[in-house]
Amino acid sequence: MSVTTLPDLVPDAELHLPHEAERRLPNGLTVIAIRRSAVPLVELRLRIPFGRAPLAPATVLSQALFTGTGTLSSIELAAELQAVGGSLAAGLDPDRLLISGNALAAGLDRTLELLAGVLTDATYPAEEVATERERLVDQIQVALSQPAHLARVALLKRIFDTHPYAVQTPTPDEVRTVEPAALRDLHAQRVRPAGATLVLVGDIDPDQAIDVAEKVLSGWTGSAPDGVIPPTPAIETGPLLLVDRPGSVQSSLRLAMPGVTRTDPDYAAVTVANLIFGGYFSSRWVENIREDKGYTYGSHSAIEHFVAGSAWVGVAEVATEVTGPSLLETLYELGRISSLPPGEEELEQARRYALGTLRLGMSTQAGLAGLASIYAGFGLRLDHLREHSAALSAVTREEVFAAGTKYLAPSRAVTVVLGDAEKIESQLSVLTAVERSTE
Amino acid sequence: MAPRIKIPATKYPVERFTLGNGLRVVLSPDRSAPVVGVAVVYDVGIRSEPEGRTGFAHLFEHLMFQGSANLEKLAHFRHVQGAGGTFNGSTHLDYTDYYEELPAGGLERALFLEADRMRGPRLTEENLRNQVDVVKEEIRVNVLNRPYGGFPWLKLPPVMFETFANAHDGYGSFEDLESATVEDAQGFFDRYYACGNAVLSVAGDFDVAEATAMIERHFGDVPARPAPALPDFAEPGLTAEKRETYIDRIAPLPAVAAGWGVPDPIGDFDGYLPYSVLAEVLTDGDASRLVERLVQRDRTATNLGGYLGFMGDEYQVRNPTALLLQAFLPPGGDAGKVLQTIDEELDRLVTDGLKPGELDRTQARMATRLLQGTDDVLGRAQPMAVLELQRGRPGLLNDLPKLVSEVTAEQIVAAAATLRPENRASVEVIPGASA
Repeated sequence: MSVTTLPDLVPDAELHLPHEAERRLPNGLTVIAIRRSAVPLVELRLRIPFGRAPLAPATVLSQALFTGTGTLSSIELAAELQAVGGSLAAGLDPDRLLISGNALAAGLDRTLELLAGVLTDATYPAEEVATERERLVDQIQVALSQPAHLARVALLKRIFDTHPYAVQTPTPDEVRTVEPAALRDLHAQRVRPAGATLVLVGDIDPDQAIDVAEKVLSGWTGSAPDGVIPPTPAIETGPLLLVDRPGSVQSSLRLAMPGVTRTDPDYAAVTVANLIFGGYFSSRWVENIREDKGYTYGSHSAIEHFVAGSAWVGVAEVATEVTGPSLLETLYELGRISSLPPGEEELEQARRYALGTLRLGMSTQAGLAGLASIYAGFGLRLDHLREHSAALSAVTREEVFAAGTKYLAPSRAVTVVLGDAEKIESQLSVLTAVERSTE
Repeated sequence: MAPRIKIPATKYPVERFTLGNGLRVVLSPDRSAPVVGVAVVYDVGIRSEPEGRTGFAHLFEHLMFQGSANLEKLAHFRHVQGAGGTFNGSTHLDYTDYYEELPAGGLERALFLEADRMRGPRLTEENLRNQVDVVKEEIRVNVLNRPYGGFPWLKLPPVMFETFANAHDGYGSFEDLESATVEDAQGFFDRYYACGNAVLSVAGDFDVAEATAMIERHFGDVPARPAPALPDFAEPGLTAEKRETYIDRIAPLPAVAAGWGVPDPIGDFDGYLPYSVLAEVLTDGDASRLVERLVQRDRTATNLGGYLGFMGDEYQVRNPTALLLQAFLPPGGDAGKVLQTIDEELDRLVTDGLKPGELDRTQARMATRLLQGTDDVLGRAQPMAVLELQRGRPGLLNDLPKLVSEVTAEQIVAAAATLRPENRASVEVIPGASA
């Protein structure tokens, strides 16, 4: 006789947070080390505040950081890292430069030595910089052919206007003018330990790992000038912004509203309200425009956190011929989450998803390292998860409804659509005022 | 030179058994985090779909999420996510997988959901039409509306292979997708989705005895149906170079991909493994041969990569498969020149051998990547299921870092010597958009 009813869930054990060893080194670097020994590796994240750094030089710097030191060429550096199973790479966003990588646990000391060499003695050799600059230009050209990137660019500009977050990718021409001297200056100015956070997670003894970091990185000194970014501006609503991409066989639909920071008292409620609307597969938005209508492969909404403010963003790629109907259903679902209380069962389902995926996210070295590093960027530690979990567990139907009303009302949203304007403008115009992008 | 770093290994326990109905089961308990991964893989993939039904294996994968005997449409998603978990499925050349990752208390629920659809999905006209639309949007997102869509995984096989099974577009033509019927789907299920043609794998935080009892309870009475005979998709290798080009109207830069046949990944694993290391010697990081030469020195490529298997699933693919190299070129770049330089570098490797330390460091980095993949419960459940399905050897996952580290320089050189222009298939992307 086969089982025909859904088995009950075994209640979760109490949330177990790994111990975070932490020390602020004399040079101002904060080091956080966490032991998870399931695989004999170590994950590394070094977050260096980079707010207000000039965009093009900062972007080239992130691409050229590993092109050589006083003692090692770029190839030698890569080979030395590889010899301990290691790899390091740098990435940039408007808040920080992030160096991330991993290595065999036995290679931690060597990896940190090589990292220290880069931090204190990167030379930015002219020839290698020229190569990386051209590669970066090529990457940007490819990005500019991707609808998701173009829609993102238009959305950021629309919501952040003149704020430093409005433009996050330099133009090819801006990149081409960046000389090695500018990189050396920027490095000297901003690649400094004071205010930076190093996270190490893996098959390590946390205190010993911090000792090693302290010893190896002691030659890295100095502090950076204040890169504080002003708070993000209020989002001014207005006509739907239509960006033409002739020949596009899909439309990239983007919506944004002001978000809520992780430490806001409403955060748990808005997290759950967002899940119910569009934040996971079993949301109203996906069930409507994918599983019922077949307009899209997927849609997703999330709260994005920047140091200077948070934004709610909804994303869907929809078929050109149903662009208008897709917007209609999207506005309907936003209207519903902000006008009517959610059902008990859909609240419980979203709550359990939020709580469960926190546990999944902490179940690997890379997950823990990413989480600890991101949290550190907001002045938080992993123990914040305990508070957040408790808030998620306690949030009521009324609070979720109130959060929907307050934060997800369609009247607060700005909309950007990238697609074949000739085919979609009339579809969109019947629903809302449309303004064509002139860029 | 520093002494060679010791390549560590994992010791994930592996329990294997077969239920009375022929379902093979792999259990790998590890209680280091309170989560479980569940994977069910079926021994059918893109290569088995019938002519006139391109994309059908993948479309059918979508239909497996549309409800089953005791589950309405949408129920699967809601039950997994309502247990705090995540789910997905994917269609490969030789298998189709379905998986969940959940807090440990959701294990029995995941087993119930997988068993229910193993007995048979609800195949309705409405759900079929809906998922045809969804799949078409998936193809638009991943292939038609972006630059380099399907490059090279959909573009190189038709250059390299002759038979429908190996050469056709696994995402499918819109025409074929639209003409698919519920009867086709039922026939596909009946033929390939037999429990004798599947493996269930569970990894993570559970007790073996309890999990075994749950598996018996949920899967024990899935009707026994035998596995269909495994087809042989082998083709004679190329005897003359094959080159094709196509215009990508969205792409701003030229690109080129080349593939060479490699030994049978399963029948001749010892012969196959050196190619895996060779691909990394050639392309892993700035110190690798081709990155150093093409990207750093000549600047004839702006980005490149190399791997085994058209979908990058080197230990989860059957014969025939390939070693692939792919390069994106700067504006105006010459794909012929890039291929010629690759040939020069392969010749140099064959003539001069590896440099001191080159093999050791490549193997150390490969070990890190293999080990990192297993830290996640699904990074164990999924590959163990496929390794059981294709090789009866799920424990290979524990052994790979060591096996990779035992490949010798002589084997690498011998492998490189087989990658000749005359047995190479290549496809070049002509950019249709100006940079």
